[in-house]
Amino acid sequence: MKKIAESVKQMLPTLTPLEAPEGMTKEEMTEIFYKMSLIREFDSSVKDLWMAGEIYGLAHSYVGAEAIGVGACMNLEKTDFISSTHRGHGHTIAKGGDVKAMMAELYGKYEGSNKGKGGSMHIADIGIGMLGATGIVGSGMPTAVGAALTSDVLDNGSVAVCFHGDGGTNQGVWHESMNLAAAWNLPCIFLTENNHLAIKTKLNESSKETELYKRAIGYGIEGIAIDGFNVFEVYKTMKYAVEKARNGGGPTLVEARFVRILGHFVADDQKYRDPQEEIDAWTADPVRRIKEYLYTRTDMFTQEEVDQIAADARAKVDEAIEYARHECTEPPADSLYTDIYANNEVIL
Amino acid sequence: MAIINYRQALNDALREEMTEDPTVMIMGCDVAPGGSFGVTLGLLDEFGPKRVRSTPISEPGFTGAGVGAAATGLRPIVEILYSDWITMCSDQIVNMAAKMRYMFGGKVNMPLVIRSPFGAGGGVAAQHSQSLEAWFNHIPGLKVCTPITPYDVKGMLKEAIRDNNPVMFFEHKRAYQLKGEVPEGDYTVPFGKAAVRMEGTDITIVTYSMMAVYAQSAAKKLAEEGISCEVIDLRSLLPLDYDTVMASIAKTGRVLVVHEAMLRGGIGGDIIAEIIERGFDLLDAPPARLGALNVPLPYNAGLESLCIPNEATIMEAVKKALSDK
Repeated sequence: MKKIAESVKQMLPTLTPLEAPEGMTKEEMTEIFYKMSLIREFDSSVKDLWMAGEIYGLAHSYVGAEAIGVGACMNLEKTDFISSTHRGHGHTIAKGGDVKAMMAELYGKYEGSNKGKGGSMHIADIGIGMLGATGIVGSGMPTAVGAALTSDVLDNGSVAVCFHGDGGTNQGVWHESMNLAAAWNLPCIFLTENNHLAIKTKLNESSKETELYKRAIGYGIEGIAIDGFNVFEVYKTMKYAVEKARNGGGPTLVEARFVRILGHFVADDQKYRDPQEEIDAWTADPVRRIKEYLYTRTDMFTQEEVDQIAADARAKVDEAIEYARHECTEPPADSLYTDIYANNEVIL
Repeated sequence: MAIINYRQALNDALREEMTEDPTVMIMGCDVAPGGSFGVTLGLLDEFGPKRVRSTPISEPGFTGAGVGAAATGLRPIVEILYSDWITMCSDQIVNMAAKMRYMFGGKVNMPLVIRSPFGAGGGVAAQHSQSLEAWFNHIPGLKVCTPITPYDVKGMLKEAIRDNNPVMFFEHKRAYQLKGEVPEGDYTVPFGKAAVRMEGTDITIVTYSMMAVYAQSAAKKLAEEGISCEVIDLRSLLPLDYDTVMASIAKTGRVLVVHEAMLRGGIGGDIIAEIIERGFDLLDAPPARLGALNVPLPYNAGLESLCIPNEATIMEAVKKALSDK
């Protein structure tokens, strides 16, 4: 396996070697690698398509964070909920979203998951419990708390995972959400995707205490810091936190540390960073790590099998692009006034 | 019909809806022991601590939790203790609750009610007196209502709770003791249907909430002077019943819009613009509006009373609008 750069090791003391949980089946490992590959292929294509002018608006890539979304959502049922960030493609795919409907949405098509009304920053799939990406940093925090409140009131056993970035942790509503979920002992897991950058501002420039999991102490809940590049580590920790929440143990704050590899948004040239940082960060690439692990450290997979899973993911994304390009339609002008109110009530 | 007050009408509406539908719950500061205005008294004993919740003082947090709960199967009612503080949670209302259905292509429901006392009076000064309804009227996706009679406030709260859209439910903070007839049994008051409180022929007064009470007392005095006012209580502002407004103007030819919110940027300007677009030819005189002075509400009772329209200033405005007749 390729060695992880020293600079990344220094930045991420949480880095751990990949080690599959005991008893994890080949099917589960296949699903993990397939979904991580699907996110990687989807968001790599989105960047290219945006640069080529095919995708409109703004798009933020989940490349590099695949281990977090997939490791977390592997523990969730369809009836569980997640809230997202502005970087929502990965969360949606990890929760089981349909990449054809997603790509159609990014193309602004009527067949898109949001009928062309939301785009990348509002990608959502309520039917699978994905409560939507949001373009306002931190604003999705209480959405997850509310989903956990529903679980508590209806006593239906579901849990909510609140994805948010390190940038979001300085919003007032982050603190309010943590406090509220803790005070009411709600089944809500707060999962910080700490990539150490809020657009161009470094975490240590905006917070004196950069070990974000420590903030859990202030709310009387458990805080755990983990390697966000390690899908098995995320899986194991989230399994613990999800089971705890499901069994009445209340919220946990999980800080998954990693390094943002690509820019803030798809066309960000990152001139404000040392180019070596990106080169070094790729040495910890979570998708490559799991891929190599599967055929070198387990006896379940051959390299050909693993290559085939990656190829399947690529084909799925290609199919989605073809669908969005050629089989979808522009939203009709009269769709402007639908979906503002329930039952398409129109209030002019 | 029983005569009950506005507070009891609200309490009855909450009790009845919570009895009928186990997904209805209420939260806000001090809601469990009855709330600062006593609207939720007794609900905790009846429905338990999961459905009647006192929150931490964190409006964005618990309003946002209401958004998430509404998106996932509850019908939450969020109480904001004074409507001035909606400014703190307006991100969750304006950018999340109002927009989610549209942004998500219609694939989410948002049956959320934001209840909040608004309006001036009693010397609570600039942070506890405002009427910010026009801010929310500007936002597609929200409904905005301002019922003022016990009958309306009960029926409209039931309507709001059953509605699958986010509803801004503004209760006038000086109305909780107002009494009126309320029938036994279930009924709702729909949004977008104004009530003609008094019929008249000389001028139409378009108003809502506490100003509808003042406008009626002004109209009674004006009647003694031979001036006949038609008083329309809009009841809901979004949607707004322009059909009733225009039908009245067709009869009277004159209109005065009165609201307690500050005149600048208040909904009166918008209503008059709409009236002009719909029926300029019906008007025999320039449309008039009356609202609060464009100042923060001062504490001193004398200064406070100078800011807000009252019976006398409404009478004066009516006479001015009729001065050429």
